[in-house]
This record gives sequence, C-alpha cells and structure tokens, in this order.
Amino acid sequence: MPRRERRSVLAAEPVGPYVLLRLDRGEIDPGVPGQFFMLEAPGRLLPRALSLCLAPPGELAFLIDPVGPGTAALCELEPGDTIAVFGPLGNGFRLDVDRPLLVGGGIGIAPLPYLAEALRFPPAVLGFRSEHHAQAAALLPGAEIAIDPTLVTELIPEGHDVLACGPEPMLHAVRALCPGAQLAWEAPMACGYGACYGCAVEIDGELKRLCVEGPVLRAA
Amino acid sequence: MLLNASGCLDALTAPEIARRLDGFVTKTITPLPREGNAAPRIAETAHGMLNAIGLANPGRERFLSEHLPRLRELDVPLWISVGGFCAQDYADSCAALEDVEAIELNLSCPNVDEAAESAAEIVTVCRAATTLPLYAKLSAAHPDVAAVARAVADAGADGLSLVNTLRGMSLDPKTLAPVLARGTGGLSGPTLKPVALAAVHACFAATALPIVGMGGVTTGQDALELIACGARHVALGTVLFSDPDAPERVRDELNRAAEALGVVHLGDVCGRAHRSEKPLDIAPKVAA
Repeated sequence: MPRRERRSVLAAEPVGPYVLLRLDRGEIDPGVPGQFFMLEAPGRLLPRALSLCLAPPGELAFLIDPVGPGTAALCELEPGDTIAVFGPLGNGFRLDVDRPLLVGGGIGIAPLPYLAEALRFPPAVLGFRSEHHAQAAALLPGAEIAIDPTLVTELIPEGHDVLACGPEPMLHAVRALCPGAQLAWEAPMACGYGACYGCAVEIDGELKRLCVEGPVLRAA
Repeated sequence: MLLNASGCLDALTAPEIARRLDGFVTKTITPLPREGNAAPRIAETAHGMLNAIGLANPGRERFLSEHLPRLRELDVPLWISVGGFCAQDYADSCAALEDVEAIELNLSCPNVDEAAESAAEIVTVCRAATTLPLYAKLSAAHPDVAAVARAVADAGADGLSLVNTLRGMSLDPKTLAPVLARGTGGLSGPTLKPVALAAVHACFAATALPIVGMGGVTTGQDALELIACGARHVALGTVLFSDPDAPERVRDELNRAAEALGVVHLGDVCGRAHRSEKPLDIAPKVAA
C-alpha cells in the first residue's frame, strides 16, 4: 500500500471552468494512467478521489471540476499550501493495446493527458458541454472535439482499442459501440483503499468495490 | 487496546493497517451473502458522514471457508462481528465460530430492518451457543442505553461496544432529494463523539462490563476522553477512511496526551470522568 504524504501546492491554474492543481511530487510514485489519488480537501472530513492528469518531472497534476465543497476547496488552494496525498490507488488502464483511441467527456478527460503520454500520443476524441469547458482540450493537443449537442461517440472511428473516461451515459454509449473498450468509472468514495464499501458498483453481476477492482474496467 | 470499528477496515485489502491495531474487527457477517444497498451509499455531512452500505458481506459459509483462514494468517487477534434478522441467525453464527478473540453482536445497524427480538433476548440465545467472549454493540439511539446495557449484561454479555452510528439523512442541495439511495444512513465521524462519550459514561456507571468505546475518534485526545468516560478499549472508525495512518498516530497522541496530564498507566484514567477528585491537569507530574 502506498504511503500517505503531505505535499506542497506548486500552482492552481484555471483551465476553462476547471483547475489544474500542481503538487510537488516528492518521492510519490505517479503510478499507471487511470490510477487515482486521495487528496485531502481542506476543511472537509473526507478526501477526494482524483485520477492523475499529468506527471511532469517532480510534479503530480490533477484536473479538478469544482462541483462541490470538497473539490471547490481543492481549487482554492494556493502555492505553498500543503495537503495530504495518498496514492496511487486502484487499477489503471492496460497499455498493451495495438490501435489506441482515447475517448473523454467533460472532466472525464482528466486521466487522458497522462495516458496519452504513456501511449505515445494516440488519436483522441473529446466531448464537452460548451466552448468554455472545451478549453480543457488544450491538455491533449491534436484531439478532435465535439461540443453539445454533438456527441463524442459520433466521432469514434471503427477498428480502435478504445480507452475512455467520462460521465456514465457516455461510458454506456461507448460500451455499446466498442465491446472490449477499457472504461474508467467513477463512484463516491470515502477511503479509496477498500475499507468503506461506499463505491460498490455492479461488475459481472456482482456488487464490487470500484476502488479495489477498478476504476478502469473492461467493457463486457 | 486499539481496534477498528466494524465495517471501517478490510484487513484482507489493507493487512498492514490491520497489523497496526491490537485486534481486527470484521465487517458484520450474516447467515446468507448480502450485496448491500444500492448506490449512492455514502454522503459527507458537515462534520461527519452517512453510510448505508447495508451489511454487504459474503455470508457465513463463505466467510468461514474463504475469508477467516486468510484473516488468521495475518496473526492479528480477530473479533468477528455477527449480525442477523432473528436471534437464531446470531446464535447459529456464534456456534459456528471458534478460536477467535471475541464475537461482537451487531444489535444496532441502522441500515437494515432490525431483528424482532430485543438485544437481551439475542444475547441470551448467543450465550447458550458459545463460550467465546460476547460483546454487544449498542446504539445510542435508544432512549435509555444504560438500561439496554444492564439487560445484555444480565443476559450474559461479556462486554459492550459503544456506539454504533445514528440514523440520519442528507439532501442534494439542487434536487432536494436524499443523497443516499436508501434515503437514510448511519451518521459517523466527529459529530458522533459527544454522543459516544455520553453513552460510554452512562453504561460504565450502569454495568461492570468492559467497554470498547467508539464514535468520532479522530485524535488521541478523543480516545483519552472515551477512556475517561469508561472505555477500556477504543476503536477507530471513520478516521480510517481519511487517514490510513490513524492507528499509529492516535496511539502516539493518546500516550502524549496522557503523559501531559501526568498519567502513568492509561488504566488509571478509565472512568476518571466519574470521580470527583481534583482535576488531572493540576495533579503533580510523576517523576520519570
């Protein structure tokens, strides 16, 4: 199990409606793309689960959508602040794919920049609800973009090994189109290491803990 | 002795954390497998959290054949939490267990329908089914938890676990619908500590049973206060979710907090809140 460590905030940069939180990496292993970290949310009881967005030398960077009090507190961090960081946790994407295609929707693009780097920048298609949100596509240069009402699934060409992260309806649509796709799911999580049983989702007809079995699962 | 609260740690996925405790308490085992409640099952509140996991567990048979042998390999004293939907469910599980440190009877889960029998009736049939130490886990939602404690003591319980979570609800601010799929869940975390202190205080005064105190323990000071109310042992719950290093940290803080008050043996503090001696903070420091 990884160690939980306090790390310093290097920067919190706006990216459209999101914030890219850059932390001093220290000795923390950035892990496999699609794995996640539990980040202490200042003033909140529970940490927040966030997949790693980028791992430049000496840094861990997380793309955060301030949708609630915890993510908002993380977005308000300032350089020099410190937070507890616990990870990497869970199972990331398998990288042994022949013709990778990255598919992302909204804040679900978060793990894709780090994944793109590991896969030597394969093609990517991204969906956003507005031009403002689509500014985050700058994190994945060269990606094709769909903006609501166009759906990202309309941009998926045939014959690729799809690796996807996004809202649940998008993942269901991707699964229907691309059997065998690797999908990164999301669920409320209190602990991130199998203790709380809060993140149970149905996998192969059984409820299992997404933090232990996922968050990346293969579409069946 | 420092334990985990049932349902707040999986020793098989986090063995190194379980080994830092003086005993590992399992998630509640029921006779048949249970998937638990639908998602969402957890929600953060102002100073706590709600959970409505719903006693998800592999069932008694699979627990005994697959999980228990692996838990024994950890070489940590095992406390088995047992649940059910009638007294016989509890008794059958008690009878099936041997060579474990203790059995904790979960008589107070707020996320499932309760057994028809009273806590004391369940303890009575379990007492007849096992010679292992039986700890009754009670809820502070009962208007007179001390009376329940006396009743389970008379029925043959060897100890008390206090407290379980309290039923609560959280609404989504945008939809005004309950966040949890079940609607309600068990409230835990720092918000529960004063409730736990009061319950431990009342039950310590009402019975001579050893008490495992739990509810909102986040720091060593919290643990010390539970001990002062009468807890002989302390269990960590929600704090394990945010801080997997809590066992060592709380233990260190507890020792330092006791030392700062001139306490030599933690046992001397047990029940201290009941005695009208001069306050500890002006007691002379004991020379090292």
